[in-house]
Amino acid sequence: MMKKIMTVDDSPTVRQMVGMTLREAGYEVIEAVDGVDALRRLETESIGMLITDLNMPRLDGVGLIRAVRDNPANRFIPIIMLTTESHEKKKQDGKAAGASGWIVKPFKPEQLLGVVRMVMI
Amino acid sequence: MIESLGDIFKEESLEILGELEHSLLELEESPDDQEVIGRVFRSLHTIKGSGGMAGLNDISAFAHEVETVFEEVRSGAIVVTPLLVNLTLAARDQIKRMVDAYCGGAPVDAAEIARISAGLRLLVAAGGKAAPLTEARQTAVAVGGMVTYRIRFHLDPNIFFHGVNPLYLLKELQRLGDCWIVAQTDAIPPLEEFDPERCYLYWDVILTTDRGQNAIEDVFIFVADTCRLEIHAIDDDRIVDDGDYKRLGEILIERGDLRAADLLAALSERQRLGDVLVEKKLATPGQISAALVEQERVQQQRESRKITEFASSIRVRSDKLDSLVNLIGELVTVQARLSQIATEQQGADLLNVSEVVERLTWELRDQVLTIRMLPIGTTFNKLRRLVHDLSQELDKNIQLVTEGAETELDKTVIERLNDPLVHLIRNCIDHGIEAPEVRAQKGKPRNGAVFLSAVHEGANVVLRVRDDGAGINREAVRRRAEQQGLLTPGAEVGDRDLFACILAPGFSTATTVTEVSGRGVGMDVVRQAVEALRGVLDIASTPGQGTTFTIKLPLTLAIIDGLLVQLAGDHYVLPLAAVEECIELRRDDAVSHGRNIVIIRGEIVPFIRLRDFFAIATAAPEIEQIVIVNVEGARVGFALDAVIGQHQTVIKSLGKVYQEVQGISGATILGNGSVALILDLPQLARAQQVLEAAAVA
Repeated sequence: MMKKIMTVDDSPTVRQMVGMTLREAGYEVIEAVDGVDALRRLETESIGMLITDLNMPRLDGVGLIRAVRDNPANRFIPIIMLTTESHEKKKQDGKAAGASGWIVKPFKPEQLLGVVRMVMI
Repeated sequence: MIESLGDIFKEESLEILGELEHSLLELEESPDDQEVIGRVFRSLHTIKGSGGMAGLNDISAFAHEVETVFEEVRSGAIVVTPLLVNLTLAARDQIKRMVDAYCGGAPVDAAEIARISAGLRLLVAAGGKAAPLTEARQTAVAVGGMVTYRIRFHLDPNIFFHGVNPLYLLKELQRLGDCWIVAQTDAIPPLEEFDPERCYLYWDVILTTDRGQNAIEDVFIFVADTCRLEIHAIDDDRIVDDGDYKRLGEILIERGDLRAADLLAALSERQRLGDVLVEKKLATPGQISAALVEQERVQQQRESRKITEFASSIRVRSDKLDSLVNLIGELVTVQARLSQIATEQQGADLLNVSEVVERLTWELRDQVLTIRMLPIGTTFNKLRRLVHDLSQELDKNIQLVTEGAETELDKTVIERLNDPLVHLIRNCIDHGIEAPEVRAQKGKPRNGAVFLSAVHEGANVVLRVRDDGAGINREAVRRRAEQQGLLTPGAEVGDRDLFACILAPGFSTATTVTEVSGRGVGMDVVRQAVEALRGVLDIASTPGQGTTFTIKLPLTLAIIDGLLVQLAGDHYVLPLAAVEECIELRRDDAVSHGRNIVIIRGEIVPFIRLRDFFAIATAAPEIEQIVIVNVEGARVGFALDAVIGQHQTVIKSLGKVYQEVQGISGATILGNGSVALILDLPQLARAQQVLEAAAVA
């Protein structure tokens, strides 16, 4: 299994937290600032897993998930959404679009790693 | 003024509360022990008194309430029940919270105080038998048993498009506990209809875990809305059920894989049920094997439980064991007499019988003594809480690492080891292990560790309490010892002699290492307790790396190999393990030296005249015997009239009246019915050093 993970979030804080946690755990991490940026990078990168925020400018999380799943190469990769408690509806949309799971913000590094291990190992 | 008084009270009360908890746990095990009840009472009393002194009337009043209950217990009006112990433990925790609150911690819950008080009052009213409360502690005990679950899950056929890999779900389940998995493959279509991007399988899992059903549900959290998940608890550690587990047909019906009517029909076939069901297509081979796995698994669990139940279910009152050991003691004594007579009379038949009796007696003795052996692990577990609490109280993060919990020791020894171990560990944590910041500066891990090990070494059990702290501050010990007159200022002393000072009565452990004020008993109490068990306490320390306390104990208290000796017509016994050699002492030798020393192969050995020590008026014989023994690493001689020989010594303790007698640790009965006193060698040796020191001064 490829240990390369893309994290997409418009908040540099979240990107850095996710990135640092995963890099320390031995994963390779690619950061993207929103859906459009993520899709552009995916043209040249192949990844083992995607972790994306839902509320983002330009292309939001649900749209990104749908677009990623459309690419046959990414049909089976795990996709994790970062949501807040209030985003129940968005979570459902995300699942419908093909997300594998979710993490509720705010979360601790060990929670993130727990979920990553659960879907990717 | 009031501040410093409060600080002192805080430290003191935390220590007493630690002891109180410890006593209460002990009380739970031996609810009739008056000595423990007394300790609990005294602890509460002290807290009440010092709380009042520090102006903390609420703590004082609450402690008073609990103390009143134990006054009743002490007088015998109330019996000790697990409920009383739990309630008092809750009270103890509450007092601790009150102390914490006073020192700036979270405010206490007055309702909790009222609840405990009410419970105690009810208990007093009912004479200790009522059960008014079922909260907190009791429910806390209930969780954590091993439960076996039957789990079946069908995933959405399109699950792969959500990036979910079923393998990872199974791996998550395996992390929860012992897991048996059967994949059900009967829905896989023929190859021409097969779509590799669909999930055709479903799974039956038998999982034994102590994590609870929620943990299992959490594994499926991402697929919960599309997954058909069934979880049933089918077996539970806490339920005693020694019957056989369900039969195959029952399991299949319970799982919904088979209809009852079909089962009845299949059973009438008189073949193996599984074969019939598969043949008739009433169930798939996968379903059958999953049910069989379940049956086997639960059966296994129950078998293993049964074994442990059997192993632990032989309960005998300990006084019965004690009287058995006493009887064995008598038997050993009589057998010794028999052997002696047989040897004297030289009758072949009698000798034969006597030898067989001797062999059987030894075997019987060994067997009975092993019955009294218990693993020391229970004591270790109690110490875990101590370490946990102490490290919190002192704001140090300390881990207790134990080794050899299965090591077996005489029951009495284990009970009496508790206090010394508590004291040593307290010492390690309080004085040995540095504060986290200090440790970090020294390049050590911030978290300290206390290592506790028990191991058999020959006829002894060796317990070690080691910390990875700063080690004993030799300079501080020396200064203190010089102040107290234990050492001559400026004298060259080795570690052994220096550390021996720590064990001297009244030597304050606090000033030896840190300037933290120390209270309570000193290390001499530990030494006394160890010596009362005929053990030896040893200290080793490496600066910057830590301190090791070693307690070496004989395996059993009841019977020892002794050396029988004679003095002025009476018999005495010395523990043979300590004896190194016997030499003769002529009267003119003794006179020429003046002081009580002999020279053996160029080595000066001090000796003590037992005749003088016990103030026996008769004159010594022309040639005396000196038995050289090793006491705490030093060679000391004991002058007496005659050495008779090796003797299997059954130790009888002396009555209370004789407990304070110096130099005698017990007595034994000889083959002819007369009594021989057992000498307490370390005590004698120390008495001699005291006498010598007095002579020098």
